[in-house]
Amino acid sequence: MTTISQIEKESDESISSEQEHSDHRLFGLITFLIADGMTFAGFFAAYLTFKAVNPLMPDAIYELELPLPTLNTILLLVSSATFHKAGKALENKHNSQCQKWLLVTASLGIAFLISQMFEYFTLPFGLTDNLYASTFYALTGFHGLHVTLGAIMILIVWWQSRSPGGRITSVNTFPLEAAELYWHFVDGIWVILFIILYLL
Amino acid sequence: MSISLPPKTESQPEKLQPTGWLRYLSFSLDHKVIGLQYLICGFVFYLIGGVLAGAIRIELTSPMSDFMARDVYNQVLTLHGTIMIFLWIVPVVNGAFGNYLIPFYVGARDMAFPRLNAVAFWLIPPAGLMLISSYFINGAAQSGWTAYPPLSITTPAPGQIVWIISVLLLGGSSIFGGINFIATILKLRRPGLKLMQLPMYCWAMLGTSILVVLSTPVLAGTLILLSFDIVAHTGFFNPTLGGNVIVYQHLFWFYSHPAVYIMVLPAFGLVSEILPVHSRKPLFGYVTMVYSIMAIVVLGLVVWAHHMFTSGTPPWMRLFFTIATSFIAVPTGIKFFNWVATLWGGRISINSAILFSCGFIVNFILGGITGVALAQVPFDVHVHDTYFVVAHFHYIVYGGSVFVIFSSIYHWYPKFTGKMLNENWGKLHFLMTFIGFNLCFAPQHWLGLNGMPRRVAEYDPQFTFVNQLSSMGALLMAISTLPFLWNVVYSFLKGEESGDNPWEGLTAEWLTTSPPPIENWIGDAPLVVEPYGYGKKEKPQIPSETAMKEDKK
Repeated sequence: MTTISQIEKESDESISSEQEHSDHRLFGLITFLIADGMTFAGFFAAYLTFKAVNPLMPDAIYELELPLPTLNTILLLVSSATFHKAGKALENKHNSQCQKWLLVTASLGIAFLISQMFEYFTLPFGLTDNLYASTFYALTGFHGLHVTLGAIMILIVWWQSRSPGGRITSVNTFPLEAAELYWHFVDGIWVILFIILYLL
Repeated sequence: MSISLPPKTESQPEKLQPTGWLRYLSFSLDHKVIGLQYLICGFVFYLIGGVLAGAIRIELTSPMSDFMARDVYNQVLTLHGTIMIFLWIVPVVNGAFGNYLIPFYVGARDMAFPRLNAVAFWLIPPAGLMLISSYFINGAAQSGWTAYPPLSITTPAPGQIVWIISVLLLGGSSIFGGINFIATILKLRRPGLKLMQLPMYCWAMLGTSILVVLSTPVLAGTLILLSFDIVAHTGFFNPTLGGNVIVYQHLFWFYSHPAVYIMVLPAFGLVSEILPVHSRKPLFGYVTMVYSIMAIVVLGLVVWAHHMFTSGTPPWMRLFFTIATSFIAVPTGIKFFNWVATLWGGRISINSAILFSCGFIVNFILGGITGVALAQVPFDVHVHDTYFVVAHFHYIVYGGSVFVIFSSIYHWYPKFTGKMLNENWGKLHFLMTFIGFNLCFAPQHWLGLNGMPRRVAEYDPQFTFVNQLSSMGALLMAISTLPFLWNVVYSFLKGEESGDNPWEGLTAEWLTTSPPPIENWIGDAPLVVEPYGYGKKEKPQIPSETAMKEDKK
């Protein structure tokens, strides 16, 4: 154990192995995101099957309102762009710029969550009303959980990039890259979710 | 977190021996320690699952449910299935041997993410203890390891919820392990080592990990929905609330059919390592082996509905899944013939390791044949949910995977401990296990064909004699564990020294001390470009330094 932790320290110091280092972690993260995506794929498959084989009674059908979810989609897409900006700023060693963009991204994420909450409270159906209601809340809720985790991660990254000698610098961008990749993934899932749940 | 391979030669001590047994109870990051943690933890759960199997067989010696109450029987069979699959076979064929061997095979000093690796292991004991303790608190789950709704919704909720949480934890552990294996095999290979030079177990683990990463999350999602049905009374899988049980079955089997390959593909890999060493011949048909593993991975993902032929599946689905399932017999057959061809004309030393491997080949061909039979709709509709399925399944996972686990323990025990296992006790263990296993499960084919349903504590009195025969076999299997346990403990304390490479193996784990030092090799990792170069006059390894230079060119 001691030897291993020594090696970790040593390899942290050399730049060439640092490169290799972050590479594995990103690769691992991508593998994890594929796994996470499969969870959503399972939910989507379940929803589409329910839709195909378990039609609702005509009086129970409720057309979802589009304006709010469309706003949500725009919020998330913009937040992906701002996160990208933050990454670029860090690469160019504009730390304060990076922090600003991170905060913008986090607030967009939180705005998404608030708007989603607002939608939940205005909808005329609850979790257990019928199969669609349940699936709707399960899908959006599971995605909302991901957004919540993402927002927390962004705030942690922001916190760690504040102090000049902190963990996240233009040399060690991995935590930011990882959070960014995760955030893009969550946004991508939302787009699919939006199409399947609201548009189809 | 990851460890790249800077050559660190001078600073290391001569021979780092294990530093106390307490590290096996610690959050160790050493892949070898974690591997043995998986193995020992898995074996403890195997013994518990075995006791439960014994209880089932005792109950079934008489047609009436007189040994335990019916609901206790349901709990016991659910626990037996869950423990044996999620706490014994999956963690051991993947976690134990994967963690121990894969870093050696790719020439690394540890796994890609050692800390994640330790987390993955330490999810298992709490999950297992929680699962078992549910039996003593509110009663364990009663709906079998498949947890089909509406059964899992209508049986007592506390046990079922604990079951779901345990399986979610174990699934998480499995996913973390899978990510780690994929990253280690693809990213941590020693410079100069090509993919097609890897030992077969690496390929098997790569294929298995792909299956784990793609299919386990679907099970997790499904179980989350199921827990909503139980706790929040939603209606995803509850027909009375407009839900659809078939959707559960599809999602469940999307994981649980690949799960069979998650249990058996690593076993294929391990056998492919053991046979060449003990028959002193190269592995026959390396390239076809690799392609057949990948074919099994792809096909394994698109055959799940063959478990659902009696669930009102439409004819086109039956047709598709019958054909796809039958296709799996082709790559599996290729592997089978390659193993036989590896043995053919070899200088076979008859020891416990190869006996168990050959036992695996025999049992697996029987399980494979009944598997192809079960893929045919007309036959499956007849024997669905009978003891024929039980027999088939145990021929695959016990006759297949567990035989390979024992074979691997006999093969790698000298590597783990530096001591040899006693061959006489080993052969006795094999003989008892092989006879006991076949006596236990072969008659169940007949029971199933004659219509004895599975998972029921009572049966028609005409089946009494054959059930007693089967229970005799189970008794023999139970007793066969004793010589094994004695052998392992006695050899560890007083066994003869094995030396570093008792089998004269050529793969990388044998090219170091036994047990290996903390970072696997003193000095550079050897470059093994021909892991199966047996029966050749010159040693196939290139000295590692020249290889490094060649690689740079």
